[in-house]
Amino acid sequence: MEGQNPALTYFEGAPLRRAVIAFTAFLGGLIFLLAVPAQAAAPDQGLRGTLKLQGQPVNGVKIVVTTEGGQPVKEVTSNAQGAWVVPIDKPGKYKVTLDVKTLPQNAMIRGGNAVRTPTVFSGNVSTVLFALQLKGAAGQPADEGGESSPFLDQAAQLTFEGLNLGLIIALAALGLSLIYGTTGLTNFAHGELVTLGALLAYLFNVGFGLHLIPAAVIAVIAGGALGYLQDRFFWGQLRRRGTGTIAMMIISIGVALFLRYVFLILFGGQNESFAQYTAQPGIEIGPISAAPKNFVAMGIELLVLIIVGFALLRTRTGKAARAVADNPALAASSGINVDRVIRIIWTTGGAIAALAGIMLGLSQNLKYTMGQDILLLIFAGVTLGGLGTAFGALVGSLVVGLFIQVSTLWVPPELKSVGALAVLIIVLLFRPQGILGRRERIG
Amino acid sequence: MSAKTSSAETSAETTMSDRKAAALAAFKDLARDPGVPKPDPILVVDGVTRRFGGLTAVEVAHVEIQRGSITALIGPNGAGKTTFFNQLTGFDTADAGKWTFNGQSMSGVPAHRVARAGMVRTFQLTKALSRLTVLENMRLGAQQQRGENFWRALVPSAWRAQEDAITEQAEELLARFKLDAKREDFAGSLSGGQRKLLEMARALMVKPELVMLDEPMAGVNPALTQSLLGHVKDLRDQGMTVLFVEHDMDMVRDISDWVIVMAQGAIIAEGPPDTIMSDARVIDAYLGAHHDAPLSESELEEQLHQAEAALEAEIEEETQK
Amino acid sequence: MDWITIISTTVKSAIGVETVLYALAAIGINIHFGYTGLLNFGQAAFMGVAGYGLAVTVTVLGLPFWVGIGVGLAAAVLLALLLGAPTLRLRADYLAIVTIAAAEIVRLVFRSVQFRDVFGGSDGQRGFSDGFYALNPFPEGEYGIGWFSFNHRLLWIMLVGWVLVALSCGIVYLLMRSPWGRVLKAIREDEDAVRSLGKNVFSYKMQSLILGGVIGSLGGFIYGLAYASVQPDVFGTETTFFAYTIVILGGAARVLGPVVGSMIFWVLLVLVNGVLSEAVQAGYIPFMTSIQVGPVRYILVGLGLILLLIFRPQGIFGDKREIAFDVR
Repeated sequence: MEGQNPALTYFEGAPLRRAVIAFTAFLGGLIFLLAVPAQAAAPDQGLRGTLKLQGQPVNGVKIVVTTEGGQPVKEVTSNAQGAWVVPIDKPGKYKVTLDVKTLPQNAMIRGGNAVRTPTVFSGNVSTVLFALQLKGAAGQPADEGGESSPFLDQAAQLTFEGLNLGLIIALAALGLSLIYGTTGLTNFAHGELVTLGALLAYLFNVGFGLHLIPAAVIAVIAGGALGYLQDRFFWGQLRRRGTGTIAMMIISIGVALFLRYVFLILFGGQNESFAQYTAQPGIEIGPISAAPKNFVAMGIELLVLIIVGFALLRTRTGKAARAVADNPALAASSGINVDRVIRIIWTTGGAIAALAGIMLGLSQNLKYTMGQDILLLIFAGVTLGGLGTAFGALVGSLVVGLFIQVSTLWVPPELKSVGALAVLIIVLLFRPQGILGRRERIG
Repeated sequence: MSAKTSSAETSAETTMSDRKAAALAAFKDLARDPGVPKPDPILVVDGVTRRFGGLTAVEVAHVEIQRGSITALIGPNGAGKTTFFNQLTGFDTADAGKWTFNGQSMSGVPAHRVARAGMVRTFQLTKALSRLTVLENMRLGAQQQRGENFWRALVPSAWRAQEDAITEQAEELLARFKLDAKREDFAGSLSGGQRKLLEMARALMVKPELVMLDEPMAGVNPALTQSLLGHVKDLRDQGMTVLFVEHDMDMVRDISDWVIVMAQGAIIAEGPPDTIMSDARVIDAYLGAHHDAPLSESELEEQLHQAEAALEAEIEEETQK
Repeated sequence: MDWITIISTTVKSAIGVETVLYALAAIGINIHFGYTGLLNFGQAAFMGVAGYGLAVTVTVLGLPFWVGIGVGLAAAVLLALLLGAPTLRLRADYLAIVTIAAAEIVRLVFRSVQFRDVFGGSDGQRGFSDGFYALNPFPEGEYGIGWFSFNHRLLWIMLVGWVLVALSCGIVYLLMRSPWGRVLKAIREDEDAVRSLGKNVFSYKMQSLILGGVIGSLGGFIYGLAYASVQPDVFGTETTFFAYTIVILGGAARVLGPVVGSMIFWVLLVLVNGVLSEAVQAGYIPFMTSIQVGPVRYILVGLGLILLLIFRPQGIFGDKREIAFDVR
């Protein structure tokens, strides 16, 4: 979720670039291609970084770079994307100081240390990391003398954020799980449906100047339509050919790669945000402080999940969908039109995945890899809950979301996904069928 | 080779009547009660239970299988026969129970060790290894192959001689099962009946003492039925014990020495094949307990629920394969 | 359009370092997926732990090159044991999800600030290849004819790489004709049947996972040594997916499939990329910028993977009857 997109760093990553330059020299330009997209604005050699607080860029922060001995090199401030760059002529060790006074009032550096001493290699841009967090966070005494303990406040805040993330994951996981249950497809391209929703909303919002709310509605409808079309003209056709589930899984990987890089070409590799609701001042409710959009988003997510859950439990189509997911052969023999049910599931799955993408874009940033980045967490949620069980996916997703956020009380935030994925593996060891899954024969 | 087979056939013929007679003699004075002790049991089962959610699929208090006999396990759909097979052979874990094979405890033993101990099963839906040739399918069945060790596999001379012996043995069996013409074909290209034959032949490569056949006749075209029946009888005549699940009562009557009847997970009756179908308990099980009494509304409801639960268990069994 | 450059880079890519390292990764995947039916989506992690095992041993611990190789191999074996233990008893899709998750864990740990002292964060590690190049028997200079020439360092790494590819193919050839390979192929077809014949399926799957992982890890060494550095993001999931594409392109469950696949894969990618870059620069394709050329090759890989599985799942040279996985 945080950190750079692997593919782009693959191109732009400074060490690779150095390696590429060396290799290009050896081979007379054999992999010239790797270097081509790397001619971004970054200097050939230097230091850079991006400052973010809770996923939002922080601008106007002063960064002072000196040599190891203290000779001043340059002073810069972070831009609207939170990024800063300092070109450096001579390789060597440098001292980078963040001017704490220029940080937003509610922000602080995690760990408190405002000085970094990175090494710059020749032909290499090193990244300098300052992790920012809200004041009063773990390990730091709260500066306003509240009565409740800072640890509990922090825990409450993180639980809230975890629920927020868990609900987004759940939206996407529900579709993935139902599609898996009904068609046996482990869809590695489901993350791209999430990205698609976010990018479509961005297109209508920023591109065509619509307000985000109608843009989001259009994007969700379009996501549903694309889900329908995908099944009608692609997956449905493959099923009719009798394509095996493993072959379909690999095909979905191809679809994911294809879509992801089409998005990259159309959207670009940068981070963007919607035109509205981007930088909202936080409000405080008890120990929890968050932008109002987060409360509204959670409300919408919860509402949609309840509606879908209710539909699954109460409507004819919903019951049919669960029956098909449970046992397609039995469902077909009891008169359910399996193909129709699957198509409805794809449509709904596409729509709620698009919604998940929009919500993700609202609480973090829009990027062409946002779906890929969250896909593993979706898988973790689905697997944790029990592959193919709709309500298991909900429970599993919430557990994953909560775990990821709350674990940052003890785990460095950059490793929070690691914890969640490790928990997934450990749970599989002891309860292979997942939390709500039915016991499989595992002999 | 032809001389060898023919001598084997004659010796088989001389012992045939003996084996059948011995098996029948062992059963002669036995009571018809479920779980009746046998004179020389190869397999003894005690208190095996398996539940799926709220449904008890298997609850066998006690049963023994006589060595050297052909025993049929019959029962209506959803009686738990395949689930019971799965427990005994380590393909599914029982919730409770103990069972011994040749006096050796087999409860909780993983499937491959059960097979190595000499208790080999086949499957209701045949499991031919489609993209392996018929001959490779057969070779796979042989036990203690030196070449199945990673390091020795890298040195062909370490396993070549044994492989040749295995191949010879496999070809003999293929000839007996009339599959020798197909030896280089992919197993996936065989007909349903041929796959059943292959599966049985492959199980024999393990050199089992007890062969457990799950519906050996299901989906076999009638032309092959007689030859399959003959092969099953051959197994006993070569000294093996056979336990098989079957629906076809003609077949059960034709080849089995003893019949065990399961219904709703439990053993409800045992007896010789010619009289078992006239046993009141068996008729009840197949036709429903109240076939002679008018049913009340709630009883009907109850029966419907039971039937549904049984169906679900059956499906569960199917989907687990 | 500089056709000489395009052609020379394309021809050289047929035997280049990328081809070698992806061939090794793909040979491992072929053992897992092609022969045993295991869906290991974490091959990049095997390459990563090997590359980093070598790098960290040499740069951080200051131990000799050979110890680094040993540590890298041991790390690959350990990773296989850790991944296999919880998942090899489960259905195939669980292994897929767990391996892809584990690969992501490995990558995130490598690039984390927390362990920057050990793994070097997102910059990775460098400066561990001297021990390897000290063994180089080729004196300094260029070797080859005209544009088809390589310098001594490249020649040395390519020689070692191709020897490893040949050895791996030889091992796969021997194994897959042995009873051991027969058990693997049988597991791919139906593991319950194999269990019913007295084989310890779990143990064989584990052996397959270890062997394929170790061969894949050789690709990680080649990467690290050829570029004299390792970075975490090189070992991302896309690397694994490239290897899968290569296996299917060359034909799954064929001894030389991954090697042929890797050669075709890189020749095509380099050619397409060379032509596109040149054409864009020369202004023949006005609607594209040169930045967009990079992603195009991923799009092509994605499209190629889809088309292959739908129309030629047996690979370019494969026999339709012998497709190693369930396409129907």
